[in-house]
Amino acid sequence: MLNIQNYIKVESLDEAYELNQKKNNKIIGGMMWMRMGDSRINTAIDLSGLGLDKIEENDDEFRIGCMVTLRQLEVHDGFNQYTGGCVKEALRHIVGVQFRNLATVGGSIFGRYGFSDVLTLLIGLDSYVELYKEGIVRLEDYAGRSYDNDIIVNIIVKKRPVHMFYEAVRITETDLPVLTCAGVKFADTGLCNICIGARPGKAVIVKDTYDILSSGISEESIEKFADFVEKNLPTQGNMRGSAGYRSHLAGVLTKRALININK
Amino acid sequence: MLVNIKLNGKSVVSDIAADMTLYDFVRKHGCYSVKCGCETSNCGLCTVFLDEKPVLSCSVLAVRADKCSVTTLEGIQEEASEFVTFIADQGAEQCGFCNPGFVMNAIALFRENPYPDENEIREFLSGNLCRCSGYEGQLRGILNYIKAKKEKELQ
Repeated sequence: MLNIQNYIKVESLDEAYELNQKKNNKIIGGMMWMRMGDSRINTAIDLSGLGLDKIEENDDEFRIGCMVTLRQLEVHDGFNQYTGGCVKEALRHIVGVQFRNLATVGGSIFGRYGFSDVLTLLIGLDSYVELYKEGIVRLEDYAGRSYDNDIIVNIIVKKRPVHMFYEAVRITETDLPVLTCAGVKFADTGLCNICIGARPGKAVIVKDTYDILSSGISEESIEKFADFVEKNLPTQGNMRGSAGYRSHLAGVLTKRALININK
Repeated sequence: MLVNIKLNGKSVVSDIAADMTLYDFVRKHGCYSVKCGCETSNCGLCTVFLDEKPVLSCSVLAVRADKCSVTTLEGIQEEASEFVTFIADQGAEQCGFCNPGFVMNAIALFRENPYPDENEIREFLSGNLCRCSGYEGQLRGILNYIKAKKEKELQ
């Protein structure tokens, strides 16, 4: 059962950072999964009074505040236009509207959950995390780190021209995904990102170790890369699917992603 | 902690524990339509409006609702009555346990999108679990409600 002794709605990020250095204090994002744990929190730190619940868009980037809810991101016109509707596709299957009206982007990214559609979607793009003390870190690098006491202020997505595809496989609607896949083709460089999550480990961009796609996307290179992903992407089994099933899905979704982002 | 929450239009000032959920708060203040059906932030039965947005009251701290408006089914009886009566007449539900959360979220859907199509209904209400109807009855009931509403407006 979740036990919270004190609650502070902070007035500055500095105050939040100071409080967050103590082991028994925790930042509450949307609080969604926290209630299911058995943790004792001395001080719950609430960032909801800092105006970090906005999505700012300019010519170069989207700046997504850490307290922006998943629902805000899902229905954001500019971000949907930029991703070709992939943000809506990635988020609309997460539990329900009521859940997504509370769960925050910052909480999802900080958690770096293996099953996260949000992480898969954003790692696929040219995304960064703005941390209060450390500054700007590439999201892919941040996802590979262990938890620390810094604070996510914003998620920044650079507006490079992209063709994007997103698909997740679920056993049943609103359940956690068996596998997630984001495919992104950057029109400025012609390079692609295939990002696979819920392996069930956290989302990773598949490295094109053998330069299969370096000479372009063709029917042949799609087949080869999908086969490479199926054979080489680390997967594991859990209650939602075996490692073999996930590897097979990874190959299928990679193929689908490459076909779609090359249209 | 002292909070001032506008619950169903009335200001409620209360000294509460830091870890009290909004679900416990509204129940403590007599809103028994709000129930907790799953303990895993999944079922939608505890749906309330927090500043007009449908949220899971079981998964948000009551202190976060300080200076906010909270609405439960008790607070929108008039708005909900036509829909609730229609759904009951359609025999759309069986045991009715999930009904309050379902009605709250359906009202939220109609406020956002007065004439949703089948896919929009399925998508918006996917976070409201029902363990006896299989959703078909509810879906049929809502589609008939929208059809009746449209016909009424045309008259």
